[in-house]
Order: sequence, then C-alpha cells, then structure tokens
Amino acid sequence: MNRRLSLFNVTSLVIGFAFLYLPILLLVIYSFNASRLVTVWGGFSTHWYGALFRNEALLEAAWVTLRIALLSATLATVLGTLAALALTRYGRFPGRTLFTGMVYAPMVMPEVITGLSLLLFFVAVDLDRGFWTITLAHTTLTMCFVTVVVQSRLMTFDRSLEEAAMDLGAPPLRTFFSVTLPLIAPSIVAGFLLAFTLSMDDLVIASFNAGPGATTLPIKIYSQVRLGLSPEVNAASAILIGIVTLGVIGATLLSKRSVLRSRRTAH
Amino acid sequence: MRRAFAPWSNPDAKPLIRFDNVTKRFGDAVAVDHLSLDIFEGEFFCLLGPSGCGKTTLMRMLAGFETPSEGGMTLGGQNLAGVPPYRRPVNMMFQSYALFPHMSVEKNIAFGLKQDGLPKDQIAERVGEMLRLVQLEKLARRYPSQLSGGQRQRVALARALAKKPKVLLLDEPLGALDKKLREETQFELMDIQHELHMTFVVVTHDQEEAMTMADRIAVMDHGRIVQVATPGEIYEQPKTRFIAEFVGDVNILEGHVQGRENGLWRVKASSAEHPLTIDDPDEVLHSGQAVAIAVRPEKMLIHRDPPEPGAVNVLSGEVWDIGYLGDWTVYRVKLATGEILRVTRANASRFVDNPIDWDEQVHVTFAPDAAVILAE
Repeated sequence: MNRRLSLFNVTSLVIGFAFLYLPILLLVIYSFNASRLVTVWGGFSTHWYGALFRNEALLEAAWVTLRIALLSATLATVLGTLAALALTRYGRFPGRTLFTGMVYAPMVMPEVITGLSLLLFFVAVDLDRGFWTITLAHTTLTMCFVTVVVQSRLMTFDRSLEEAAMDLGAPPLRTFFSVTLPLIAPSIVAGFLLAFTLSMDDLVIASFNAGPGATTLPIKIYSQVRLGLSPEVNAASAILIGIVTLGVIGATLLSKRSVLRSRRTAH
Repeated sequence: MRRAFAPWSNPDAKPLIRFDNVTKRFGDAVAVDHLSLDIFEGEFFCLLGPSGCGKTTLMRMLAGFETPSEGGMTLGGQNLAGVPPYRRPVNMMFQSYALFPHMSVEKNIAFGLKQDGLPKDQIAERVGEMLRLVQLEKLARRYPSQLSGGQRQRVALARALAKKPKVLLLDEPLGALDKKLREETQFELMDIQHELHMTFVVVTHDQEEAMTMADRIAVMDHGRIVQVATPGEIYEQPKTRFIAEFVGDVNILEGHVQGRENGLWRVKASSAEHPLTIDDPDEVLHSGQAVAIAVRPEKMLIHRDPPEPGAVNVLSGEVWDIGYLGDWTVYRVKLATGEILRVTRANASRFVDNPIDWDEQVHVTFAPDAAVILAE
C-alpha cells in the first residue's frame, strides 16, 4: 500500500475536514467578535462571554440542560448496563431477539418520531411537560448507546474471572462488585459520557417534550437565532462545543483503554 | 522417602470424593455418562482423556459450576447437591489462570482469604507464606500483565492454595507453558502436593504429564471412565485398545485365538508366519475369538540375523525409517503385510559397529510376557 501522502489524499482530507469543521470554527471565531453584528468582524473581544454570564435566561437554560444531562445520563447508564448484562449473560431467553432489537431501536429511529411518540405518551399519562419529561425522554434516547458500549466490553470478558472469584468464596453479588464492575468500569464511564453529551446537545426530542417551566440551552439558542442572531449565542455555542468535545474525547480514550486492557489480559 | 501409598486397595478406606452414578447432559449431548469414581485423601489424581471426553465437565461439577443431571457427589461425606461454588471447600486453578487483572499479585492471593473475613495480619502472613512457596516474594506488587506465563501460573497456584482447600482442582495446569518449563513445573507440583498433604485432582489431555505426576489416573472416553489405575498399570496392563493407543506408543497385531498351551495363549496373527505365544494369564478367551495384541515399542527387539529355529514371536520385514533421538533410536519396520511396526532401542553405548541401516531385512521379536491381549 502507498503510505505516502499524495496530493489527492491531502486535498480530499483538507476539503473533508473543512466541510465538517469550518462552520464550527467560524462560530468559535465570531464568538470573540467585538462587533454587535454577527457577520462583521470588529476586532477581538471576550465581551460576549461576559454578557453571556449576565444573561439570566441563558444561564438558567444552561443550568437546566446540565442537570438534565447529568440525571438522564446516570439513569441511562444504570439501565443500559443492566440491559447489556442481560443480553450477554442470559444466553438465549425467549424474546431475546425482540429485546435486542427494541434496545437498539432508538438509535435508528428518526428523532422526530421518538420525540413525538414520547410527547403523546406523556400527554396520555397526564405528566406535566418540563424537567422530568425531558429527562425521561433523554434517558430513552441515550440508554441504547450505553448498552452498545458496555456490551462490546462484556463480549470480550473472560467468564472464568467471575468463576475464579466465586470459587474463592465470593457470592455472586460480591463477585460482581469486586471483579466484574471494576473491569467493565471504563466502558460504563465511556457510555455515561456519550449519554451526557447526547443529552446536552439534543434539540429535537427536547423541544417536543419541553414545557413552560424548563427550556434547555439548545432550545433557547434555536429560538433566539430565529429572533435574530446575537453574538451571545455564539459564545454560548462555543462553550457547548467545548463541553461536548471533552465528553467525546473522554469516552473515546476510556473505551480504547478498556479494549487495550482486555487484550493484554487475554494474552 | 515416599511411603507406599495405596488407599484405593484398602477396602476399609473411606474416599474423600465420591461420584455416584453421575450423568451430565447438555441438551442432547451426554458429557458425563453414569460415572462412578472414588478419590482418596492425599491422592494426586489425574483425569486423562482426549478433548471432549467429559473430564473438564466432571471437574466443573466438583467445583460447583455445573450441576449433575443425575446422580450425586459427596466430599468428605458431605452431599454436594445444592452447595454453591463459593461454599465448597474446593479451589480451582483455571486453565486460563483467571488472574484478576486489576489486582496486584498479593491482592490476587489475598482475595480468597478476604472472603473468609480473616483479620488483616493473618491474611498478610498467609500471603507471605504462599509467595515463598511459589518463590514470587519479589513480584508481590506487580500486576498480572507484568508477569511471564510461568510466573502467572505460580500466582494462580498460590491463589488456589491460599485457603488450604480440602481438594485442589487443576484444569490443564501446564498447558500454556513451554516444554522445558512444563517438565520442571510437573516435579514442583508433585513436591508441593507432597509437602502440603493435599488432594490434587488434575485434568489433562497430556498422557506424559499424567504419567509423571499422578498416583492414579482415570482414563476417560465419551463421558465414561475406561480404566482407573496407577500409571504403571495403565501403561503395562491397558484394559482396552483405546487406552493402549492413547497412553504411550504401541504396536497392535490383530489375530484370532487358536487355543491355550501350558498356560500360554496361541494366537494366529496375519502379520506373523507362525502363531504367536502370549503370556497374559488373566484374560478369559475362547478359540477363534478375534483379539488385538499390544506390544510397546521398547519391548520389541530388532535383529539382523535370523533367530534360531524354535524362537517364538518372530516378525520379519525391512527397515522403512530410522529416527535417531539421542537417548533412543526409533526403527519403523515394514512387514510383508504392509503393517509398520515401531521398535525402539536405547542407545546404551556411544558407538555401534555396523549399525542396522535403511532398507535392511530385519527380524523383530518379543517375549511372551511383553505383550498384552486385548479382546476386540
């Protein structure tokens, strides 16, 4: 294979990355714009970050988003890990295929449909839309991602480690907490970070299930943009991008580490 | 000095482990088939057989990871039915070693002791003892990923021994080691077992390993035990053709019983000109019965000159292959019928004048008591 970078490779790489990241880069650059006008560069300034932190409505939305993300990611991690355990550990139980399909469905389902069906459900059970409905909706959305990450770790897990723990006198629950959990922890944390970032930047499902009491940051930004671009929104988006990037990088590093570790012990 | 140790031949001895008509099925497949077996305290016992013969299933039932479909097991008189693995006074050394990768060597060894709720100083003392036993004091704080295969094997052994189990189960304990290390470790395991007066049950498919270490061997095939005996008996008096062929090398001559003369069996074999004379007094045979005669390669002699008239058990052929192994030389002799015999000769002296060469006509003989008759 030709490992050298040809002109064609470099060009396609540059165009590809530019296509993906130029708009985002532009947004981050313009968040440091001194001008009131979003599209005209008026010199470097952190003015809008300052203004952002004095904007009560935006801050409130950010705080709600953070709480929803933390709570829904935690719920999704617990449920997703349990689902992964059930799928890998209990062999062939009746309805296993159906269960597998159902766990993964939210991944491929159009978000509009997930959002709409959840809205209909919440209306049917007469649950007031707001903080809790968004949290539940996000848990449904992100649980399957946790399941995928944790399941891939469990597939390579050497069962004789658990047998060894039991053989040495540890009952099943203690075996789980002293052997299984520490070994799959990196993948659980990776799943959590994925769920967290997905919840942070979700607009569609949140807007279906948001109520007057709770507005998340993406909803807030979207509605402000419709009223006219404000540089404050650029600043808020830049911070959001920062958080999401950190989350994704963290998740990638952790799952890579756990793969490496399981490979090392396999030898 | 090792004492003569043979509790299995004492009718009053109580077994430590008893399998009573145990059957284990996985779906339609029968892994263990109506098997009964007694293992005595202090024995080094080997379960030997080809892969898929049910030996590992038998061991896993003893550890509690599988439940018998039928039959029962007792350990020291206690019925094991319904006792979960974590309450059995049995520890296992896993084939993969199954060391906990997130714990250091000493934490691994301490794991079982912690489950018993022992005080910290006692745990530390016992861990130190175990580390000395397997000579790993210097590596106590290392992690399993930082150890060599041989070192991991020792940690696994120390961890399984730490709780002083009534029985130590070893699943292919030396399978992952290279040949030289395997040999050394065999003797080390024997020494440790002798020192601790513990009962060891080893599962292996390696007959050499079983022969070296075991007090008794159970040879298994298709979920049944074919023979339980000392290594010597298994090798010299195999009960079936399967055992004769599985344990060590063997030459099989097929033939029919002609009759008995002076307590010796006369057998007409297609590969020999004259009927063979076999001294195997315990066999009960009738005339015309098809039998297999098993002769170990080292019990056959190879000659260039034709034997004197009247000599018994002569097979003639030509040298097909010669393999020089240093301590032994292996001759493969092709008989007129096309059968190939394997004959070995110890190289007792360094130089031999005019040694037997390829393609030479030779005569192979064996004594009447060198052979075993196996009823087909």
